[in-house]
Amino acid sequence: MKEEFKVISKLIDEKSRVLDVGCGDGILMEYLSKNKVVDVRGLEISKEKVKKCLSNGLAVVEGNAEYDLKQFPDLSFDYVILSQTLQAFMSPENVIKDLLRVGKKVIVTIPNFGHWKVRLDLLFKGEMPITKNLPYEWYNTPNLHMCTIQDFYNFCNNKGINIFKIISLNGQKTSKISSSNLKYKNLISELGIFLLEK
Amino acid sequence: MSNFDNIKSITIKQPLKLDCGKEISNFPLAYETYGNLNENKDNAILVFHALTGDQFASGQNPVTNKEGWWNYAVGPGKAFDTEKFFVICANVIGGCMGSYGPGTIDPTTNKPIGTNFPVITINDMVNAQYNLLDHFKIERLFAVAGGSMGGMQVLQFVSNFPNKAKVALPIACTASHSAQNIAFNELGRQAIMSDINWKDGLYDGKTSNPDKGLAVARMAAHITYLSKKGLQEKFGRNLQERSDLKFGFDADFQIESYLRYQGSVFVDRFDANSYLYITRAMDYFDLTKQHGGNLSKAFKGSKTKFFIISFTSDWLYPTSENKDIVIALNAIGADVGFVEIKTDKGHDSFLLDVTDFLSTIKNYLNTTYLNINERRI
Repeated sequence: MKEEFKVISKLIDEKSRVLDVGCGDGILMEYLSKNKVVDVRGLEISKEKVKKCLSNGLAVVEGNAEYDLKQFPDLSFDYVILSQTLQAFMSPENVIKDLLRVGKKVIVTIPNFGHWKVRLDLLFKGEMPITKNLPYEWYNTPNLHMCTIQDFYNFCNNKGINIFKIISLNGQKTSKISSSNLKYKNLISELGIFLLEK
Repeated sequence: MSNFDNIKSITIKQPLKLDCGKEISNFPLAYETYGNLNENKDNAILVFHALTGDQFASGQNPVTNKEGWWNYAVGPGKAFDTEKFFVICANVIGGCMGSYGPGTIDPTTNKPIGTNFPVITINDMVNAQYNLLDHFKIERLFAVAGGSMGGMQVLQFVSNFPNKAKVALPIACTASHSAQNIAFNELGRQAIMSDINWKDGLYDGKTSNPDKGLAVARMAAHITYLSKKGLQEKFGRNLQERSDLKFGFDADFQIESYLRYQGSVFVDRFDANSYLYITRAMDYFDLTKQHGGNLSKAFKGSKTKFFIISFTSDWLYPTSENKDIVIALNAIGADVGFVEIKTDKGHDSFLLDVTDFLSTIKNYLNTTYLNINERRI
């Protein structure tokens, strides 16, 4: 399983209700329901992936988070997870608002556009960066709204969203991000995992 | 109609209060089973049939000698794997395959009951079939499943009996029959009732039946089961055994010939009055209204796992209506899965071997059965 999912599952208390938005193949959902005894639901846009999840008996609903989060009542989940999907939405701002409405806590993973490799690509090659987490060309990328860990940190502050914890993930290595090391971590982290509350 | 001597049935002795206010008792409910009930009696699946279906979901229907209506889905190694599960399917009341219906002979007159049969609802159908649990001494079903009107019965069943099924599989259905659906059903009923042989529903069932009206009803309905694209691809403007138009009203086009055939074979196996009664039951179905306008209330406190399936080209019970059920379930935090299967086969998809449809059901049921049993240990 991806290192990111291990970090996410550590953030989740036992016996909680979890909604995995953009749950993909349901790997995280399956891990959570087997190892953390959580009640976990999924929302996924790809029919192929939804079928895979359902074939594994997972409670996954086909849908688009930009329209279909509306059907979930306020604070109906202890945690809502959004793993590396925020940048693909038409309106990330509205999606975050909806996630914070539905979940008591929200876990958001950001593929960090501030990573040094990304910066060097643009600086020296003068081309749009292509990395492990961002493997697309500029003309076929589904990622409409790329941001850095710093950007998302600023966004949360501006919107009055409480940041409980930020974890940096670089390869297999995890570390904590705080306001004092943010500039540095924004340079060396591939992913930033945020634990948020309204 | 053919003889029903070798058909399995139970006699429901205790009175059943119908939605119309009348009470029925001592009436037959015909059923068929596939596979074996295990020792724990935890592997039973009750399958509900659609408008023109019957209890013979799988194998060969002994009355019509045709393949069971859900032969693709029910059987050894199939989606509803009868090597693992015990599948029960009953003919709905109002039907014409041995259950109590308008074709049942009234012993006092020795004639079919006809339109003296009470108007029944989906709720009445489900309440009658609930007696099968007692008959088989099943405390809790593993699953209830069905497409179209079968899906409506699934929804009504879990609403009426919240803890009697661990899994609910409503396919290509709705929680409330739309104006368009009522309109199509009315068209069919008018076709039957305009047939001179209908005789206010009191035809004798032997010499003169309203076959023409019933055939037209079937033809009209059949169009609604297919998609425009599916029809175009299958028939296009192809001519029927002729090289040119004949400038008359014979079946010039293959689609005409196909519909005429569908109508003609249907009257051999279905009773016109049953068609009236069952379409009426569908039209009256409004689970949302039954719960004061809030569909979520129908499922409140339900521990059932729901798996809802719709089809992209189904315009009779479109995805939006299936999704309304998903939304109502999510609103109360129910355990719900939903997928819209991509296909050109229209509403009929639920009866066909559509890619990924049956395999997803099969895997879902098998995994869920194992998961539930593991948790119990």
